Amino acid sequence: MSIDKKTLDYVAHLARIELTGAELEKLSFQLQGILDFIEKLNSLNTENVACTSHILPLANISREDLGKDSLSSEKVLENAPQKQGVFFAVPQVIE
Amino acid sequence: MTELNALTCHELIEKIEKKESTAKDIAVSLEERIKAIDLLINAYVRKDGLSLSRAVTESSAELRGIPVSIKDNICTEAINTECCSKILSGFKPPYDATVIKKLKAAGANILGIKTNMDEFAFGSSTENSCFGASHNPWNLDCVVGGSSGGSAAAVAADEAICALGTDTGGSIRQPAAFCGVVGLKPTYGRVSRYGLIAFASSLDQIGPITKDVRDSALITKVISGHDPLDSTSVESAVPDYTQVLGREIKDLLVGLPREYFVQGLDAEVKSALDEAINKLKSLGAVFQEISLPHTTYAVPVYYIVATAEASSNLARFDGVQYGYRAQSQKQKAQNLIQMYKQTRGEAFGEEAKRRILLGTFVLSHGYYDAYYLKALKVRTLIKQDFDRAFSECDCIITPTSPTPAFVIGEKAQDPLKMYLSDIYTISANLAGIPAISIPCGFSKRGIPVGMQIQAKPFAEDVLFQLAYAYEQNTPWHKMKPKL
Repeated sequence: MSIDKKTLDYVAHLARIELTGAELEKLSFQLQGILDFIEKLNSLNTENVACTSHILPLANISREDLGKDSLSSEKVLENAPQKQGVFFAVPQVIE
Repeated sequence: MTELNALTCHELIEKIEKKESTAKDIAVSLEERIKAIDLLINAYVRKDGLSLSRAVTESSAELRGIPVSIKDNICTEAINTECCSKILSGFKPPYDATVIKKLKAAGANILGIKTNMDEFAFGSSTENSCFGASHNPWNLDCVVGGSSGGSAAAVAADEAICALGTDTGGSIRQPAAFCGVVGLKPTYGRVSRYGLIAFASSLDQIGPITKDVRDSALITKVISGHDPLDSTSVESAVPDYTQVLGREIKDLLVGLPREYFVQGLDAEVKSALDEAINKLKSLGAVFQEISLPHTTYAVPVYYIVATAEASSNLARFDGVQYGYRAQSQKQKAQNLIQMYKQTRGEAFGEEAKRRILLGTFVLSHGYYDAYYLKALKVRTLIKQDFDRAFSECDCIITPTSPTPAFVIGEKAQDPLKMYLSDIYTISANLAGIPAISIPCGFSKRGIPVGMQIQAKPFAEDVLFQLAYAYEQNTPWHKMKPKL
C-alpha cells in the first residue's frame, strides 16, 4: 500500500498536526519505507488466529459507585495555558 | 575510599544502619558528582539551580532516605515532568505516580530533577529529546541507548544511586546494556502505571535501572503490586525477590532461541554472549536450543501496535489543559481545530510526529484491517511462541541488543534502521513477559555488552536468581567508566 502526500495530508488532519511542505515531503517518503517493511506481515496466514489486543486475561474491572476525594479545580487548572475563572479557556467554538 | 555516590542502594543502607553516613551525605555527594560531570553526560534535564541536598529527609523505612532518580515521563508532584517534549513544557503534575508514592513510603527521597529520555519514549538512543542527546559515560561520542537513556547513563556514571525507567519495546533494557548497568522490565501488570504518561498502554511497564542485581530485586519489590488506580495491575502477591539471591542455578533449564543468533548480530556481542553462556554452564545451568519462529515479525507488529496506541494516547496533548499552546493563538484565535493543529505541529518533535501519523494511518478507515488487526493476530502467534518455549525451559537468554552503543547521529536519519536496534527486546513487551539486561563484557573499544534473560509471566524471581549467580561470578558490575 502506498502513502502519498495527499493521503498523508489527510492523516495529518485526522491527527490534528499541522505539517510544513518540507515535512510532508520527508515524512511521506519515510513512512512509505516503514510501510513497505511492515508489509512483511502479509506473508503470514492468520486466517484462524484470534487477536491479542491485551496480554492479561482481564475483563471489565468495576467498583462500587462511591464518591471519592478528587483534585480541587484550582489545582487542576494550575497547568492550563489559558484559563477563565474555573474553566479552561479555548478559542471560540460556536460562531 | 569510594565516594558515597558510587555505591549501591544495599551498600548505602548498610552504611546508614551502621550510622556511618546519612541520606543527606549521600545527596550531597550525588549533587557534587552531577555538578562535576553532567555537562558532559546530560543525563539530567532542567538542572539549573540544582540543590538536591536541601530537600532530603532521613527515614527509618527500608530505603533509609536514599535518593532515587526518575525518568521525565513519570509524574512527580510539583516537580516538572515533561517527557522531554516541548508540548509539555512547564508541566508540574498535581499528584505523584503510584510508583513514586511507593518509593516515598519505603523511605526513598525523590530527586528534584528528572532524567533525560527520547521525547515521549519514542526512540532507542535518547537523541530525540528536546533537551539534546545524552552521552555514553564509557565513550562520550556514543549514544546511551533509549528511551530511558538518562536514567541508565546517570546510574552508570554514578550520578544516581538507582533510577526508574520505562520500557515499551526495550527502553529500560537496551540503555542498561549500552551503559553497562542492570535494567529490568517487569511482567505486564506487575507494576502500576498510574501517573506514567502513557505511550502504548498494552506494552508500557515501569522498572528499575541499578548498579547490580540485588538493587534491582530490592527496588522491584518496593514498586510492585496491585493498584486500584491501574486496572491492568494484577492482584498477585509480591514476593521478597531478594530471598532468591544466592540460590544455586544447578539444573536450571535455559533456552537459546536459534532465531536470535543469526546474521546481523555483531561478532563482539556474540562472543561476549558465548563466554557468558560458558560461565553459566560451569555454574550448572543446562542449555538447550529452542525456536521462536515468529521473531522476525516482532518489529513490524510492534511498530503498528505501539504507534496505534501512541496516536490515541497523545491525542490529549492539544494545548488546552497543560503544557504548550501555539503562541499566535494566545491573543485572538480563529478556531479551536486550528489551535490544536498549530500547537501540535509546533511542539511535537520529528519522531513523535512520525509515530502519531503512522499510528493514525494504521487505524484509519480502509487500513485498519490490513494493518492493525493483522498485527494483533501476529501478536497472538508471537505470544504462543513464548508459551511453547516456556513449557520446555525455565528462562531464555539472548543478547539485549544486536550491537554495542553506536555513535551519536549514526542512525538518526534512518528511522527504520533505528527501529531494528530493538529487535531482541520488543518481543518481551508484545508477550507481556519479564526480562532483565545485565552486563556481560565489553567490546574491544571498551563499550559494554548486555545479556538479556527472559522468563514466563511473574517469574521475576528466576531472572534475579540467574542474573545474580552470573553477576557474582563475573567482574563486570564492578567496572566503572573513566570520567
